[in-house]
Amino acid sequence: MEITLCALIALIHGMLFGAFFLMAIYGLVVELFRSAYVEQPSKLGTKGYFRERLYLICTVGLGWAAVLTGAYIVYPWYRAIPPAGVANLALYPQFLLKSSVTTAGWHDLGMEWKEHIAWVAPIAMTTVAYVLTKYRLSMREHPQVRTAVLVFALVAFGAVGVAGFFGAMLNKYAPVNGGPTIHLKGKSQ
Amino acid sequence: MSHSQPQSEEQTTRQVGDHLPNGPAAAAILSAGVGCSVLGILAVVADASKPMARALTFYLPTGPLSGVSSMAILLWLVTWFILAKRWRTKTVAILKVNATAFLLLALGILLTFPPFADFLQGK
Repeated sequence: MEITLCALIALIHGMLFGAFFLMAIYGLVVELFRSAYVEQPSKLGTKGYFRERLYLICTVGLGWAAVLTGAYIVYPWYRAIPPAGVANLALYPQFLLKSSVTTAGWHDLGMEWKEHIAWVAPIAMTTVAYVLTKYRLSMREHPQVRTAVLVFALVAFGAVGVAGFFGAMLNKYAPVNGGPTIHLKGKSQ
Repeated sequence: MSHSQPQSEEQTTRQVGDHLPNGPAAAAILSAGVGCSVLGILAVVADASKPMARALTFYLPTGPLSGVSSMAILLWLVTWFILAKRWRTKTVAILKVNATAFLLLALGILLTFPPFADFLQGK
């Protein structure tokens, strides 16, 4: 069982940072909806506030880690230009996708959308985390602020959903590969 | 004759005490909208103009995306910093701020959608 370094880093970008970011936003959205209907808000202790803050910091951290690894590590491998005369485009995902009309759309729509919309999510979630931390004791006094926080969290969820879906599909049709092979289990060839 | 303090229709200054004014939240919300809209606008501009694409290529392996995202983040943070300083102790018209931020957010998302960006460029 082996994996190339490029594939491993793409996996960390998508399955660790991206997927956990999506799950963390989902948890936050559920909590925001729940808290909107709470009649008697519960007060957290010092430890509770600390953990709530840690959750928000980790969520934002995952978001920035996902977009930064995506844009500055994985994306350059994706858009690598094949040398002249290369027939096998397996190591050049963008060119592999664009070489066929049946897969070109995954780049033209998928990657073109994903590479930009993904940045909306960490910007939105940084705002959400800041406001929730700053107004943790007085959010009920600011219902419009809470509405904005919920909208931003939902938009971030949607943006990560789009980026995650196209990331998975792009990796299915033209996976990022290359670099040294990492042996995980069994006998290496 | 009573002397009423002059008040802007949108903003009234309040002291930070037990009641936290909505200014800091409004600054964060509006600046996020600004950042997202800048992201969308620059994405279209970089796609439509080769010189702009070259100018926005801050890191060659990533291409124009490096400049588009960096500039959006920079403008978002600068806007946030400026608004946060101005609205630190103020209560602002949050409904207007929300509406503007949501419009900017929607604009940013719409402009990142390739079919819409292509439509704007007449492709």
